[in-house]
Amino acid sequence: MLLEKIHLINFKNYELLEMTFGNGLNCILGNNGSGKTNLLDAIYCLAFTKSYFGLTDTQNIRHSESFLVVNGSFKKEYHLDNDDLDTNLVEFQTDFQTENIAFGVREGKKTIKSSVNNYQKPSQHIGLYPVVMLTPYDTDLVREGSEERRKFLDGIISQISNEYLQNLLKYNHLLKERNITLKRFAEKNTFDAILLESFDERLLEKGKLIFEERKRFLSIFLPIFQEFYQILSENNEIVSLDYQTQYIQNNQEDFTVFFKKNLQKDRLLMRTSTGIHKDDLEFLLEKRSLRKFGSQGQQKTYVIALKLAAFATIKQEKNICPLLLLDDIFDKLDAKRMQKLLQIVSCAPFGQVFLTDANPERTKALLKEIKQETKQENEISTFILEKII
Amino acid sequence: MNFPSKLIENAVNEVSKLPGIGKKSALRVILYLLKQEEKSTENLSVALQTLRKEIKYCKKCYNISDDEICSICASKTRDNTILCIVESFKDIFAIENTAQFRGVYHVLGGLISPMDGIAPEDLHLDSITERIKELSVKEIILAVSPTMEGDTTAFYITKKLKELNLKITTLARGVPVGGELEYTDEITLGRSILSRINYD
Ligand SMILES: Nc1ncnc2c1ncn2[C@@H]1O[C@H](COP(=O)(O)OP(=O)(O)OP(=O)(O)O)[C@@H](O)[C@H]1O
Ligand SMILES: [Mg+2]
Ligand SMILES: [Zn+2]
Repeated sequence: MLLEKIHLINFKNYELLEMTFGNGLNCILGNNGSGKTNLLDAIYCLAFTKSYFGLTDTQNIRHSESFLVVNGSFKKEYHLDNDDLDTNLVEFQTDFQTENIAFGVREGKKTIKSSVNNYQKPSQHIGLYPVVMLTPYDTDLVREGSEERRKFLDGIISQISNEYLQNLLKYNHLLKERNITLKRFAEKNTFDAILLESFDERLLEKGKLIFEERKRFLSIFLPIFQEFYQILSENNEIVSLDYQTQYIQNNQEDFTVFFKKNLQKDRLLMRTSTGIHKDDLEFLLEKRSLRKFGSQGQQKTYVIALKLAAFATIKQEKNICPLLLLDDIFDKLDAKRMQKLLQIVSCAPFGQVFLTDANPERTKALLKEIKQETKQENEISTFILEKII
Repeated sequence: MNFPSKLIENAVNEVSKLPGIGKKSALRVILYLLKQEEKSTENLSVALQTLRKEIKYCKKCYNISDDEICSICASKTRDNTILCIVESFKDIFAIENTAQFRGVYHVLGGLISPMDGIAPEDLHLDSITERIKELSVKEIILAVSPTMEGDTTAFYITKKLKELNLKITTLARGVPVGGELEYTDEITLGRSILSRINYD
């Protein structure tokens, strides 16, 4: 999949921007504040219908304007099976289609429109144009609470399976309703077991599906991740991921019993204490906690490997090459690792990559080096953003 | 929009509060009314006022009604053994328009939705059991929208009525998932009510 063109109107610092991208590595260079991160966020919005940085829809609108539009022109590959056709020569044939996506925000409401699909709800769009984004903030994955790690996990699996996303949305909705109900019971000093059951049954059903999908995904993801970490770190440190879930801790089959056993606790806490919303991932380096014992560089390398593995897993599972958005990744990496990283993302399996750097000379020098050292596969394009004052 | 007269402006403001009517259409309505005889505006406002004052909700099913008991509950030709539970009286209009249903109704007046602050006790649920006994109901049709709130409500009612050992059915899914009953076309709705399925 390629993003051929983007067209922004009133998106953050951009009043109007039209850009045509190259097929391979797109280096977006410019001073601090020139709009590099914002450009990547606009691309992210085309995939996820929201900002990567947790901004509200309205906060993406250029100050003192009333609306924004992000238009993207994608080129998608379709493999046509020619089984039923009488062709011995071509087993399958590749077809390209241009698909236009428009993301807009106006009067506090967002819209997502596609030239090829009619969405009944915005969430149906997620996963059709997969992206993986990596920013300097992502070390939060290591340092912050479990919510960050669940978001990371859900962001990838949702792009692989829209059914997973729909289950997750329903689960979160039911969970919220159950929690509000528990609170109301406590406040009014009442209780209605049947009302709680009306949420529990579906909550347990969706929760189990989500658990199973997370487990399945992690089993595919882990070896891919370990391989990327090895390549990046060039040593034999063993990294791993431990899926921590009440489902495994309490024996999958007994989970319903466990859930029901916690009813009294839930009533006291006025929220649901068991379920997949408590899942976590423990990041391990040589079997020890990465958060407690990993160096900054190791943590950063770990996070980069997680993201590259996310890319590779989506590509493998969906048969679509996601866009890779790399914001300011050279920060805190030594020269050797920078070069290594650039080398990795400029050849297969990586496709179209968007990379920003506030230090154009650094990137240009790195590009020169890798061009000499490796047989360059993907096309390289560079763009300089000028700060318009 | 600027108006030459404060009177017109007031009238336009009121009319434009109605659903689906913007300022421009409101102005068109007002200008039209002004062109008609005075009597016709009077008729309209009297009709609206009387409607507001005299409209009642049926004591039995909470349908909208001219009298204490609505025409459906009062009818001798309806089948009292089948009770169709709906969210609002608008759903009764929709189902009646299919002409496929000869039973009686019960309007809940909403769906269970804690997020919107709607709890079971905010719905007309208490009187259902009484009505079931009084009418010797044999079958309950849960005709609520197939949304999350609809599912919660259907589940809740089913569990509440469990001891009564009734046949409980729900609409067959011809109704678009996530769609509102009110907006479903008559043919689909008619078919859904005929091929209703057991609620489990
Ligand atoms: N809603 C908005 N309206 C107008 N300008 C905005 C809005 N949001 C952000 N900006 C401005 O956009 C500019 C570019 O920000 P961005 O983060 O994209 O820069 P950058 O090129 O990534 O810089 P750095 O190299 O420091 O990371 C900033 O000056 C910021 O103040
Ligand atoms: Mg930036
Ligand atoms: Zn009635």
